[in-house]
Amino acid sequence: MILLRLYWEFFKTGLFSVGGGLATLPFLSRMADTTGWFTHSQLADMIAVSESTPGPLGVNMATYVGFVSAGIPGAILATLGLITPSIVIILIIAAFLRSFKDNRFVKTTFYCLRPASTGLIAAAGLSVAELTLVHSNTRNAGLLNLLDWKAIILVLILLILTRRVKKTKNLHPIIWILVSAVVGIVFNFANV
Amino acid sequence: MTFGGGYAMLPILQREVVENKKWATEEELTDYFAIGQCTPGVIAVNTATFIGQKNCGIIGGIIATIGVVFPSLVIIIILAGLITNFANLAIVKNAFAGIRVCVCVLIFNAICKLWKSSVKDRLTLCIFLAVTVASCFLNISPAIFVLVTVGIGIVLELLGKGVNKT
Repeated sequence: MILLRLYWEFFKTGLFSVGGGLATLPFLSRMADTTGWFTHSQLADMIAVSESTPGPLGVNMATYVGFVSAGIPGAILATLGLITPSIVIILIIAAFLRSFKDNRFVKTTFYCLRPASTGLIAAAGLSVAELTLVHSNTRNAGLLNLLDWKAIILVLILLILTRRVKKTKNLHPIIWILVSAVVGIVFNFANV
Repeated sequence: MTFGGGYAMLPILQREVVENKKWATEEELTDYFAIGQCTPGVIAVNTATFIGQKNCGIIGGIIATIGVVFPSLVIIIILAGLITNFANLAIVKNAFAGIRVCVCVLIFNAICKLWKSSVKDRLTLCIFLAVTVASCFLNISPAIFVLVTVGIGIVLELLGKGVNKT
């Protein structure tokens, strides 16, 4: 039963996520809430794993979620669910290739869909940021303890290195992931 | 073997599919990629289905797609197995706590890139803001936002206010 649900949930994700890459993130974030198959911090780990392994992000995420919730059969079915809508839609569109791309309804619709997709990803990104930068157990704490200062300092450093410094700007994300892992270990980021 | 999502695949496809195997021309590949971007689903998967379909029909489309997905499937299953086994070690916990911070930055950078290619005028800015705010505060499935936006696009075009007025 969980296998069928995995297939169905990822089928919907594949059908509605437009724009590739992180477009699946808002759907996965929602899935974490509604199904309980994985937590939001597992989702954040999953993004890091996807960024540092070969293959499209959406596929990696489907495989990982499927595996975590129902082992290898889960991984296979979740991935198949994600790609089924693509295969069907592309095979249909391939029949009338050029007229599809130049159709004015298709053009306007995707002109509107792209910012909507960006907005969905931004909202999902905000919830990842909240999870990472704000302490969850802050009942007796003031403003100073509300924020995870170690994490915020690392965010600022990474932002400068990935956006402003010419020499490091175009390095592959896996480098930053490795650097952050080392920083996390050295400065005890998980507070264990 | 493409790291970092759909866009990383384009140069490799160019070399393999266009220059070595001659399965498609440069222009066709660009077309496939453009359509892959404006159809639902993962761009790499969409492009693979196209190329497979063009050369060997429907069966080709399906086989090429499975080919794209298979390496990821194997690698992620192995990694996921490792991570679940070692997740409770303090060193692994600390490493992932650090990595999560990095993920925030990577998402932010990705959003900035997407912003440049998607938010182009007042209309697209309004859609971006409305969707971001609404999906932060309302508990609605992202699919609903996609469907509503498709509706807006169709209505705009029907009213003659689409992007392609010429």
